[in-house]
Amino acid sequence: MHQLPTRPRSIVIETARLRKVYGDTIAVDDLTLSVAPGEVFGFLGPNGAGKTTTVKMLLGLVRPTAGEARLFGCTPGDPRAMARVGFLPEHFRFHPWLTGAGFLDLHGRLYGLDAAERKERIPRLLARVGLADRAGTRLAEFSKGMAQRIGLAQALLNDPELVILDEPTSGLDPLGRREVRDLIRELRGAGVSVFLNSHFLSEVEITCDRVAIVKRGRVVRIGTLDELTRHAVEVEVRASGLTDECLAGLAQWGQVTAPPAEIGCGSGTCARLTMSVADEDALPRVAEWLIRSGAHLYALAPQRLSLEELFMRTMAEDL
Amino acid sequence: MRHVLSIARMTLSEARQRKVLWALTLLGLAFLGLFATGFYFMYRDLSRTMSSSSGISRLLEPTNFLLMAGLYVVNFLVVVLAVLTSVDTVSGEIASGTIHTIVTKPLRRWQVIAGKWLGLAVLLGAFSATMAAALMAIVWLIARYLPPNPGSGIGLVVLEGLVVLTLSILGGTRLSTLTNGVVVFMLYGLAFIAGWIEQIGSYMRSEAAINTGIVISLLMPSEAMWKRAAYLMQPPFLRELGLDVTPFGAASAPSAVMVAYAVAYIAVGLLLAIRWFNRRDL
Repeated sequence: MHQLPTRPRSIVIETARLRKVYGDTIAVDDLTLSVAPGEVFGFLGPNGAGKTTTVKMLLGLVRPTAGEARLFGCTPGDPRAMARVGFLPEHFRFHPWLTGAGFLDLHGRLYGLDAAERKERIPRLLARVGLADRAGTRLAEFSKGMAQRIGLAQALLNDPELVILDEPTSGLDPLGRREVRDLIRELRGAGVSVFLNSHFLSEVEITCDRVAIVKRGRVVRIGTLDELTRHAVEVEVRASGLTDECLAGLAQWGQVTAPPAEIGCGSGTCARLTMSVADEDALPRVAEWLIRSGAHLYALAPQRLSLEELFMRTMAEDL
Repeated sequence: MRHVLSIARMTLSEARQRKVLWALTLLGLAFLGLFATGFYFMYRDLSRTMSSSSGISRLLEPTNFLLMAGLYVVNFLVVVLAVLTSVDTVSGEIASGTIHTIVTKPLRRWQVIAGKWLGLAVLLGAFSATMAAALMAIVWLIARYLPPNPGSGIGLVVLEGLVVLTLSILGGTRLSTLTNGVVVFMLYGLAFIAGWIEQIGSYMRSEAAINTGIVISLLMPSEAMWKRAAYLMQPPFLRELGLDVTPFGAASAPSAVMVAYAVAYIAVGLLLAIRWFNRRDL
């Protein structure tokens, strides 16, 4: 089994070569990542990519087949670590006969909060998730959005240092999604780490500092949004006097995705083409090549990929 | 321990909020009322017909028989209640996913199992002890009759409930609710039949039948607890005659070793439930 080196406790989540196999299916494979304090980490992937299994391994709900995970330096499930974590499971549901306040009181007890702390925090959290007037309503009567919000309140009862959210906005209407996004931002503002499982690209793009894209149990891209989208840049080139030899030479740095088309440039005409290059370092070389080949360069405009384009490309790649 | 108590409290409040407590109290009272009425009239008629001829000692037999019949019903209710309250408590929370928000709190998984067991054991113990004691009180008030060893009898009925409860919680850590219910009731049925085989075997002096009964009682020591309770609460002269081959009495009684076995069965069952629950993916 791969051993994690002893690290300062400041690392919130750390995994080393985590793997989970169910029968013939590899749910998670070779997962190594870490989440720093105060970081909002997006775990992005299509349904069935192994996101929930990963979260369950982090929380000690599921035992890894191989590899290791640590939460605040402890093994998953260790009460010392769990006291600092808030968790909202996917498709959150709880005993329908409990009232909103009763539900939070029960979970406050499970967190080990004393009566005074529960009395102070429960109304505050109900208000924070917009359910102050539903303290006495039974969970059976809650809509899906309300259930999700009371679940969020439950995850915040212990003033956690890490909040793990598994698809928190699935099943919510646009307004509900926005509220969850605002809450994640608020948590980030308060220095709380967030591990967000999601298949909603916009949500991850707006809220997350760092993103891992998972596909069939493996992390295929990981980095800050900037790092991820800096790669695979699309460039629009406008130039006149492009020879066939010059065009063929561009293949050294990337692939022409839209062939030259004639458009107006300055007082005359020129060709516009787009190509994708591996990274931004290729840009000066492309410019040099064009000029040395005798072309007149009017524009070399790099366009970064949106997370969505990156995601779609990643999913289309056969890895 | 604080977490065990929190879970036990949650389990009890679940029983309260799902109206289980109400149903138990109302139907329990209805049962006691019916028993008291029936017993009152039967005892009055029996006194009239029997007092003239054979004196008070002959009355003991039908009085004891009626009380044991009542206690047997309580005993059966305790078994059913033990299964119904616990069959879903682990498997149901695993199936619905509510367990995810519980075991990710700063507690250990064994505390969840221990807390649920404790909460249901309190509920079950309170119900069975109250019902059995109430039946004895009714009989005492009407007929001034108390069976021998009433305390041990009540204790054994409670113990039988705990055996069934433990087995059902153990099953819930591995099986679905439905499968678990079927398995526990089937085992109870087996133990019931085994009790009969042992009784009849003892009456006919068949070693093979007695041993078959004992082996099954070891697998599921629930009915054996009732058999011993019934044996202890029989009037001594009936016990000496060894004639009472009814489900409410016992010709051959499981020994005290069987009681110790049942206690060990509960302890091992609970430890195994904790071990299985600890190891499974949720």
